[in-house]
Amino acid sequence: MERSEEYIKNERKQEWRVELQKMTKAKDRMSIERVQMTEMAPEERIKSQRVEVNVGLTKEEAILEAKRCMDCVNPTCMEGCPVSINIPKFIKYIERGDILEAASVLKETSALPAVCGRVCPQEVQCEQKCFYVEKLNLPSVAIGHLERFAADFERESGVISVPKLAEPNGVKVAVIGSGPSGLSFAGDMAKLGYDVTVFEALHEIGGVLKYGIPEFRLPNAVVDVEIESLRKMGVEFITNYIVGQTASLDDLKKEGYKAFYVGSGAGLPRFMNIPGENSNGIMSSNEYLTRVNLMGADSEESDTPILRGKNVVVVGGGNTAMDSVRTAKRLGAERAIIVYRRSEEEMPARVEEVHHAKQEGIEFLTLTNPIEYIADENSRVKQIKVQKMELGEPDASGRRRPIPMEGSEYMIEATVVVVAVGVSPNPLIPNSVEGLEVSKWGTIEVVKDKMQSSIPEVFAGGDIVRGGATVILAMGDGRKAAANMDIYLKEKYLSKKVEL
Amino acid sequence: MNKIVEKEDFSEKVVKIVVEAPLIAKARKPGNFVIVRVGEKGERIPLTIAGADVAKGTITIIVQKMGVSSTKLCKLEVGDYITDLVGPLGKPTEIHNVGTVLCCGGGVGVAPLLPIVEGYKKAGNRVITVIAARSKDLLILEDEMRKNSDELIVMTDDGSYGRKGLVTEGMEEIIKREKIDECITIGPAIMMKFCSLLTKKYEIPTMASLNSIMVDGTGMCGACRVTVDGKTKFTCVDGPEFDAHKIDFDEMMSRLGGYKEEEKGKMDHFQN
Repeated sequence: MERSEEYIKNERKQEWRVELQKMTKAKDRMSIERVQMTEMAPEERIKSQRVEVNVGLTKEEAILEAKRCMDCVNPTCMEGCPVSINIPKFIKYIERGDILEAASVLKETSALPAVCGRVCPQEVQCEQKCFYVEKLNLPSVAIGHLERFAADFERESGVISVPKLAEPNGVKVAVIGSGPSGLSFAGDMAKLGYDVTVFEALHEIGGVLKYGIPEFRLPNAVVDVEIESLRKMGVEFITNYIVGQTASLDDLKKEGYKAFYVGSGAGLPRFMNIPGENSNGIMSSNEYLTRVNLMGADSEESDTPILRGKNVVVVGGGNTAMDSVRTAKRLGAERAIIVYRRSEEEMPARVEEVHHAKQEGIEFLTLTNPIEYIADENSRVKQIKVQKMELGEPDASGRRRPIPMEGSEYMIEATVVVVAVGVSPNPLIPNSVEGLEVSKWGTIEVVKDKMQSSIPEVFAGGDIVRGGATVILAMGDGRKAAANMDIYLKEKYLSKKVEL
Repeated sequence: MNKIVEKEDFSEKVVKIVVEAPLIAKARKPGNFVIVRVGEKGERIPLTIAGADVAKGTITIIVQKMGVSSTKLCKLEVGDYITDLVGPLGKPTEIHNVGTVLCCGGGVGVAPLLPIVEGYKKAGNRVITVIAARSKDLLILEDEMRKNSDELIVMTDDGSYGRKGLVTEGMEEIIKREKIDECITIGPAIMMKFCSLLTKKYEIPTMASLNSIMVDGTGMCGACRVTVDGKTKFTCVDGPEFDAHKIDFDEMMSRLGGYKEEEKGKMDHFQN
């Protein structure tokens, strides 16, 4: 579903766009400074898990920021977007003050614009490819902030557009997992006229958007509205249903489902397999975040318990580690500490998250790695033996390899430890579907760019294929899979009808 | 939402609930479990399946009042709905015709043992079952067990019914009497530990079904991790049954208490 050059050019030549282009000189556009996102004060926001850090832009701020965009002949920003959003078009609608139109442009290719506007790493995608960065060495247009603004504006206006849907074709398809990949796939297939049912194992729709990403970064209400939009498009959701366990793929075939998209995510948390790791008080980031985000354990009223403590240590340097450590701060930890084996430069977390964490008083122990956990007489963790690291030659990931420094071990105090060192693919689907080719890491093998597995009617994408990536890459996979499954199903079931 | 169609108080603390869950009733196999959640603020807790009726589309769960969540579940009446019910989860028991099987259950562990006993019997095994409880009023499923076993031995700690003594005493007698090819044990962790030590002595292959703390039950949270043969395993997706002789039961018991204080706090909050 690549956007053709011709399409982009024609869109750019629309009368209203040309008018806008002429209205403000390039020099004047360039002289505007990039907008600053208003944030809640750190000392205020750490009082609640459910206060969003970024406040959002005002309409005035958004229109001014939109003016910075040059509406380039060759919009390189779009190359950086995994779901091919027509970026200049939506930004120019904002410049014109037509925010609802801008929002509907986002929805042409993205099922979750309000989510992407918040959690996408725009700084290494669209914004990195922005003319301002590539040619002027200036801060990029704040594409992410503008995306969020348009999506929020639409939601708050209550006038929520439903994308144009093709005539229903009566072909049933099933989506396994309601995370970003499955939702994105479901949206595209509904637009193409398919009868889409999404099966979710948990009791809530949204996958990692609900159980993983905390509400201070992504409010659940925002996710729910996007899900509601999909419902309006005719997508059906079934919770508490584990495909492969509750019923098999074959059972679903008997019910008339013609094809399947597996977006079951990276289920299993990794541990480090070091002594004492199964002591009480040590848990995966998945467990910690699920208890709080999905089960609401930060509230007294929730039946789900959560471990609080004076010193909470989070092991890892990714976004999940940042989410966990900032959650710990909000749950009342006196010291909330990141322990990471490389230096800050190699951290996979977004710069914005690290910056926000520092504002909130999170401590960073970089070039430090846990090697053993020490428990008290009740088997509850009390200390971590850590070792200092130094950086050597680059490894397979291109980042400098951390090397332990002999004799540098020392103890740090810890009442709760959260291990956020990555995840492995969920084995439930690969184990339950015969003939499905799986890699040695447990990820589903697919034909690249088609997302089709070794079983022709089964497509897959997101972390179950990638092993651990971002929301937006998972969404991109969903779109690709939808486009290719459409071709597959049309050939198999609809070709005659199409000719008619 | 799953409707409760039948309820029976086995004792003050133990309740049998029959609930509508047609797909689970059809798909479940001996050894599987479910996750339930009661109320919008409810916790997800794992529960074993004691039986199913495919025609009626129901499953039977047996619940012991322990903390807030199990107490809330036990308070539901016929006609009420369980907010969320998902399953079947975990790997089913590997049931073959091996000869003579010794099945040992203690407390509410007798409930998930029932479908396994039925399974072994159906597969053509000679099935000897030992069930145990602290006292007569806590003993469950005696008739059902007797119906599906070639021999049933009942043990109570206080001697108020059956024979006085621990489950292991009943087991050892059988083991000394005849050749046992396989053993399975389900019950409190401490009981399974001693069952395992006993059968290890006699070199009888033994499986134990674990009841770890879980949140999602699908491999996601890792709360249920247990050390088996020196390696960390997840009870939910790798189990719930493991080679009993390789389980680190001491670690398992300590992990069951991982949220003890917090759970007590929730219980106090619930009662007041």
